[in-house]
Amino acid sequence: MTNPQLSVADTLDTSGLLCPLPVYKAAMALKRLEAGEVLELICTDPGSLADIPALARQRGDILRGVEEREATQVFWIEKGPQP
Amino acid sequence: MTTATAAAEIVPDKKAKRKRLALVASKGTLDQAYPPLILAATAASLGWEVGIYFTFYGLDILHKDRFDKLKVASLANPAGPLKVPNLLGAIPGATAAATAVMKKWMKKANMPTIAEFIEMTQALDVTFFACSTTMGVMGVEESDLIQGCDIAGAAAFLDFAAEADVQLFV
Repeated sequence: MTNPQLSVADTLDTSGLLCPLPVYKAAMALKRLEAGEVLELICTDPGSLADIPALARQRGDILRGVEEREATQVFWIEKGPQP
Repeated sequence: MTTATAAAEIVPDKKAKRKRLALVASKGTLDQAYPPLILAATAASLGWEVGIYFTFYGLDILHKDRFDKLKVASLANPAGPLKVPNLLGAIPGATAAATAVMKKWMKKANMPTIAEFIEMTQALDVTFFACSTTMGVMGVEESDLIQGCDIAGAAAFLDFAAEADVQLFV
């Protein structure tokens, strides 16, 4: 699962994990990135379709893409310029 | 709109206040210990400042001999994990059985334990306020609590909550 338009700095697979773990683990992974770098995040929690955009909005990151594949969602999150 | 104005608009406001969540955790059962810790872990992941006021039975979540032994009520808990007539919830072992079922559910769903949530939230700098009145009423000493708790009364918590964007009582 790759997005040819984006250069991905890190990939995190949260398959099988429920809220709050995808959000928590994504936040931890984003903390390790530099502003402008992209995290590829794989989720299976159906709540993630609402949660991950909320995470990006609240943290000040940019959601660059979402792709739904059967029971899996893939998100590309660009780390924003937050402190 | 001039270019200068547009550029000014996308510069992050360094003085912008972090959002704040103030929670009250008042229940000491296993099922009711999860929601405040889940909300705290989530809000802290969103970059919010979070404080939880542990009061009355909720203080057991900070009690180092008790947080790992929280139980699910088998009586008066119609949505609980034991699907038996309410009266059977009173028989010896029913509470342990209801607790075991919930722990099994949580493990199967890959959910962290209460101990793991405490560790996660503390690592995210969530403030744990231990209610001083509860400590006095229930005979809990500071040495009975896990590391890193702020002993506080209601006024100190309300001072924190007054500046919060979201306040919830669990």
